Amino acid sequence: MTSVRPAPAPDAAPARRPGPVRFLWLLVVVGLLVALMGASVAIGSRDVGWSEILAALGGSAETMGEAAVTKRIPRTVLAVVVGAALGLSGAVMQGVTRNPLADPGVLGINMGASLAVVAGIAWFGLFSATAIVWTAIVGAAVAAVFVYAVGSLGRGGATPLKLALAGAATSAALTSFITAIALPRGDIVENVVSWEIGGVGGATFTGIGTVAPFLLVGLAVSLVSARSLNSLALGDELAAGLGERVALARGVAALGSVLLCGAATAVAGPIGFVGLVVPHLCRLLVGVDHRWLLPFSAIVGACLLTGADVLGRIVARPTELDVGILTALIGAPFFIAIVRRQKVREL
Amino acid sequence: MTAIHSLAAEDLTLAYGDRTVIEGLDLLVPPGRITAVVGANACGKSTLLRSMSRLLAPRGGRVLLDGKAVHRLPAKELARTLGLLPQSPIAPEGITVADLVGRGRHPHQRVFSRWSAADDAAVAAALDATETTPLADRAVDELSGGQRQRVWIAMALAQQTDVLLLDEPTTFLDVAHQIEVLDLLTDLNRARGTTIVMVLHDLNLAARYADHLVALSGGRIHAAGEPADVLTEECVRAVFGLESQVIVDPTSGKPLMLPMGRHHTAPRADVLQGTPGS
Repeated sequence: MTSVRPAPAPDAAPARRPGPVRFLWLLVVVGLLVALMGASVAIGSRDVGWSEILAALGGSAETMGEAAVTKRIPRTVLAVVVGAALGLSGAVMQGVTRNPLADPGVLGINMGASLAVVAGIAWFGLFSATAIVWTAIVGAAVAAVFVYAVGSLGRGGATPLKLALAGAATSAALTSFITAIALPRGDIVENVVSWEIGGVGGATFTGIGTVAPFLLVGLAVSLVSARSLNSLALGDELAAGLGERVALARGVAALGSVLLCGAATAVAGPIGFVGLVVPHLCRLLVGVDHRWLLPFSAIVGACLLTGADVLGRIVARPTELDVGILTALIGAPFFIAIVRRQKVREL
Repeated sequence: MTAIHSLAAEDLTLAYGDRTVIEGLDLLVPPGRITAVVGANACGKSTLLRSMSRLLAPRGGRVLLDGKAVHRLPAKELARTLGLLPQSPIAPEGITVADLVGRGRHPHQRVFSRWSAADDAAVAAALDATETTPLADRAVDELSGGQRQRVWIAMALAQQTDVLLLDEPTTFLDVAHQIEVLDLLTDLNRARGTTIVMVLHDLNLAARYADHLVALSGGRIHAAGEPADVLTEECVRAVFGLESQVIVDPTSGKPLMLPMGRHHTAPRADVLQGTPGS
């Protein structure tokens, strides 16, 4: 218009996004994931030689070593699947709430899923795997709505800290409820820890198969929301001005996020902080565009949970630490760092 | 390339809960011109703008774009014709200028469509028009207030709408940057015929830059028309409750309002005669 500079040709548009850098990081994180999956199969409380590992991967379970490795395979797959679900769920949740502290663990949503399952088992004799997944998802959704409503009370609406506080308080209360429900019940109290602290130790391909459809739907819904989340990040008014139906977009994305973390909790118990840490790391790698951030969060989430699970087997030999404990150990300092940085501005 | 669009409010009533902000307002936005809305604080200026961009559903009456109620139009279809730059948009932490401006393309994209050459061209043109091309790879957080506002306007330009609504686009800017932004909007209006409606705080800048001035008072239009007809001492008194003197701006030939407070104000005759005030 009034500019003296010549207009750049359309195909020579200014570097819109550092595409090559992102592809490079994509290779790096995928490579890392493959390496961690290898480590997860190879490393455990029993030392196993390479020949046995290869034999086990080939389907053989004849020696003790091969049998041990055979058990690690579904465990590795579960860690990858649950880690990806939680990382993605956290990234979507942070986008939906514009809250850097949002995470299905921090906000008490995983614990809601957990409580629902424990209550279902204790009171309604819930035993079908699919029913457990549905119950977990409903529990997650109820907890999400509850925490958001409590966090929005009072002046200023749902600020990051208020939401996190509401989530932490809810989470603590729900954990107590789980104990209270399970304690008098000799038949379920043995398993109750797995509904308070998540882990991937008891993985089976049957269990993974049961949650897979829910996770796939959650994945699809979340990824489809990427562009909407980009608009929502500019504030509700501008998002609406850009033709976004703000409430609908938010509802759809939240649904995807709740499906992911509810289903993940149904199969692995409540695992916190993966959804908190991972999106922040990924923003450093690929920036704030959700079309990149969401897939990256899934891959890096898978890396984090697989890595933490391997670490849990190494540090506590000859037994192992539940991965839910390790993610909390990694995530808690991270949480404090985010809170201390600046004044916790909204995303 | 700009099509002429008519934008109008018909018997519009707007309210937040029980509090009615705008009542029975009729407004015709002249197409292809710059309209400025002025008025006292909390007179409903921003509310009116929000409703015109369908952020707020009317309690009564309608907002019509080309004769169709904007609240009935599909969201994206409306967003391809009518853009809005709200008063305090949020820039995600660390976002680059090019990325932010690119988000203005949202209404032109579908869920799975890829970034197209048309998108690239629109972003490049928007950066160019706002002279922000050199900033393209910078993070928005690092920019000065004036640069940032130009980037937001670039985003609105990338949306390529024929009608652009802006809520106080010059707030928080120093006077040089205010002029820069208003000049930019005028360029846009003259070069492309974009219809511009903006809420402005500064009466004199509004009178200078607007073709059509709308003075709101108590949720109603007190006066609307050519700035020279609207910005009068009587109008300033009625709308702002302020005594003033309106003279012809020697720079622009438009009306210039000089407020008269309780202090530092000489009687008019003395000033005109050049004698010191008593």
